[in-house]
Parts: sequence; structure tokens; C-alpha cells
Amino acid sequence: MSGIRVTGVGMHPFGRHGDATATEMGVVAVRAAIAEAGIPRGGFQAAFCGTAYGGVASGHRVLGALGLTGGPIVDIEAGCASGAAALSLAAGAIAAGQFDTVLVFGVEKMPRGVIRSSFFAPWQEAAGLSPAPAYFALRAQQLMRQSGVTKRDLADVVVKNRRHGRTNDDAMFRAEVTAEEVLASRVVCEPLHLWMLCSPNEGAAAMVLQAGDGGVQLRAAALRSHLPGYVLNEGTPMCGLVGSDPPTPSRMAADAAYAEAGVGPEDLDVVECQDTDAARELLAYEELRLCPPGGSAALLRSGATALGGRLPVNPSGGLLSKGEPLGASALGQAVELVHQLRGECRGRQVPGARVALAHTVGRGANASAVILTR
Amino acid sequence: MEPVHPGLFTPSGLLGGSCGSCARRHFPVAVPCPWCGSDDVATVTLSAHGTLWGWTAVTAAPPGYDGPVPYGFGVVELPDDGLQVVTRLVDADPAALEEGAPMRFTVVALTPGTSTWAFERA
Repeated sequence: MSGIRVTGVGMHPFGRHGDATATEMGVVAVRAAIAEAGIPRGGFQAAFCGTAYGGVASGHRVLGALGLTGGPIVDIEAGCASGAAALSLAAGAIAAGQFDTVLVFGVEKMPRGVIRSSFFAPWQEAAGLSPAPAYFALRAQQLMRQSGVTKRDLADVVVKNRRHGRTNDDAMFRAEVTAEEVLASRVVCEPLHLWMLCSPNEGAAAMVLQAGDGGVQLRAAALRSHLPGYVLNEGTPMCGLVGSDPPTPSRMAADAAYAEAGVGPEDLDVVECQDTDAARELLAYEELRLCPPGGSAALLRSGATALGGRLPVNPSGGLLSKGEPLGASALGQAVELVHQLRGECRGRQVPGARVALAHTVGRGANASAVILTR
Repeated sequence: MEPVHPGLFTPSGLLGGSCGSCARRHFPVAVPCPWCGSDDVATVTLSAHGTLWGWTAVTAAPPGYDGPVPYGFGVVELPDDGLQVVTRLVDADPAALEEGAPMRFTVVALTPGTSTWAFERA
């Protein structure tokens, strides 16, 4: 069986872009990806579009400006993992021999402020039980208790990722910050301060996948949702069972991706992970098996996950620098890793990177793990 | 005052589901049982006493919320029910609470016309 090549990638920068529509941003990213792939107008048999807030036929609107071919265009919503879900379906269709060339993209123009979604019932919002940062804070508190993570560690994740993001022209924030500044920003939900939380924003990312071998290969794109029982799972249930500790969606997705790609965490050269908040990155270290259980603080403090370290995490600057346009976010990570594998990331290149993993997790709960190699 | 939503609580405690098939409880009441899928679910009043498992405070009003800020938010463990429940907390100062603190159920004003449940230090 042949593999899956990534033959083109494109981005519209993540940020706030005034009156620019999601469609216009999608056109920018898709045109760039198609141009890189060198395929003709309409030279793909199917398109999968990740979006959470785009509304009906978001993908059609983007491709309407670029030439419709009659092939299927499917919008995919899987919360923060929407773009990765689109990638997973495209990869599966190519592996099954259904298509040779598939376009995958994600577009988003998020409302400002705390993310509001149709996920919660109106009474849950009215009762004050819906704010995402509060759930993030409870998970951060658990991680601090179980893994010895300190507030200083949380600030240092932000410092690391903002430093990484300095040279990323597609990032929203490109200025370095100090731990003192992070800890001086206002408390949103203790222990999380404002600068420890990523900003919902706008942007687009695109990728062309083609059957074949050579160049950058997509080796796995696994998507998993949660098992019931854990009170703080990303599905944000109202209750959990005492003593219930099922594997998380991120753990299950990572294990599935490692198995599918035939690589392990020890083989990774570079990782992009879901740093929705600073604690979420450290939790990902443990879920993705980048360190032993309870070892996330030690891994961070060792410097291994900073550029120049053994396994840089979020060289793009992460969501803390880029912001998070839900439908585009996971593909933005994958685009960064393609550039890393090609050696094109001037100022933040991980030297000789050959095996890369991208991770997202969010509402649903849906988690994705994508493995790319060169 | 009207409860923020019917069927969630009485002055005595939260209303939970008790499954006749898997013998586990859940909140709020749901049919089928979220743990095993059985339709054999009875409504029970959950324990009014528990211990604090997780806590924080929400410092700015989230979308769709018209109550006071800041307010406490956390998870209380109800050992008698085998459950951990997500809940509002009366105490909005995280530094004033600690893991394992004894907590009890109460009903609090949410807006001038509505009430909700919360847990407070026992």
C-alpha cells in the first residue's frame, strides 16, 4: 500500500483581521496550498473543511471562489480538533483508495471573549457552570497536586512559547514576555492568569494530501473521544464517578497514532500540542508519553521542550502565541510541522527534524494526534 | 425564587439518578443511565454532605450569566453517592479553601428572581 504525501500547505495568519471573512481567509490558505502542490484548478477529488463557527457550507463558500468541480465538499466540526478530524477523514479516504488527491482546510472567525458554544444548555450558562477557563483551572489544580507543577512552571510555559513565537509571522502575539509579567496579569480563574490562556481568534490553514511516497509523509491522523466517568474530562460532564480514571482522549489518540505510524514518543523530534492554557501543555507531556506520569514539571524545567532542547514543544509559539481559530487550529499545527520537516522555519527551526507529532483536544471531547515524517 | 432550572434540586439536596441496573448514581437525572444505558433510573435526593475535591473562582461574568461575580466554582465529592459533582461554591476566595474540606449543600440567590444550588464549608 502506498503512503500519503503532503504536497502543499498554506496559511492565512492567525489573529484579528477586521472585516476579513472566514471565506476570504480560507481562499488565501487554500490557494497557497494548491500552488505549492502544483495541482491545477480543481485538481482534487474531495475537500474536507474544519470549522466550528462557520455555519452551513463553509467549505463550499471557500471553494466557490476557487472553482467548483462537483466533487464532495464536507464541513467537519469536532471542536478544537475540527481541522485534525478533517485530516483524519481525508487520510482514511486516500488509504482506502477512494481518492488520490484531497484538499483539507480549516477556517474560523471566532467571536471575541470567552468561547460561547451551543455545547451547554441555557440553564448551565445561567447558573454560571459553563466558563471554559474554570474547568481549565480545576484541571490545572489537579496537575499541580499530582505532578508538583507550580504557578511559576505555568508562567514558564507561557514564556517559552511566546519566545518561540517571535519569528512566526502567522502568530497573533510575537513579543516575548517574562514570568513576572505573566504572573502580574489578572487572575481569570485561580491558578490561571489571563496570559496563561490562549485567545480565540481568526485564521485559516490548508493542506493538499496525495497518495504516494516521498517528501513529507502523513503517517497517522488519529481522532478519539472520551470515555465516561472522569468529572474533569473535556466533555465537561456535570458529574463523575469517585475513583474513575479512564484513559483520556489525548492518551488514546496518541497511542493509536504511535501504533499506526510505527513510532514511539522516543522517536519524536518536534511536537506541537494543545496549549489552550499553560497547564494543558504540561498535561499533554504526560498524556502523549513525552515523560513519565507526574514528570511534566521536570521535563519543562530541564529545558528539553524549549528550542535547542532534546524535544522542542510548540516551536510555532503554540496557541499561546498564535491564538486559536478552532477549525483551523489543528491544521495550523500540522502546517508548522511540515515546514519544520522541510527545514524552512528560519529562526525557530528544529535542526534535522524527521518525526513530528501534532496534538489537539477540546470540546466533545475530541482529541487528535497527527504524526508526520520526512 | 424560582430554581434556575426544574428538576435539579430541592431544599434538601441535589436530585440525582439512581440506576436499578448498574447501581450507580449520576447528576442531573438522565434516562437512559449515562454509565450503562439502562432505562431503569429512579430519582433520588443526593447526600447534602461531601468533601471539597477541586475549587477556583470565576472573576468575570461568562456569556449567558447574570449573577454576581466573583463566584466560587468547583467539584465536591459525595462519598455516600460515589459521585463527584460540578458545583457553584459559596466561597469565592480560593485561598480560603483546601482539599478535603467538609462541605454541605445549600440554595443561594442567583438573580433577584432565581435561585441555584451551591456548596459551602460545613
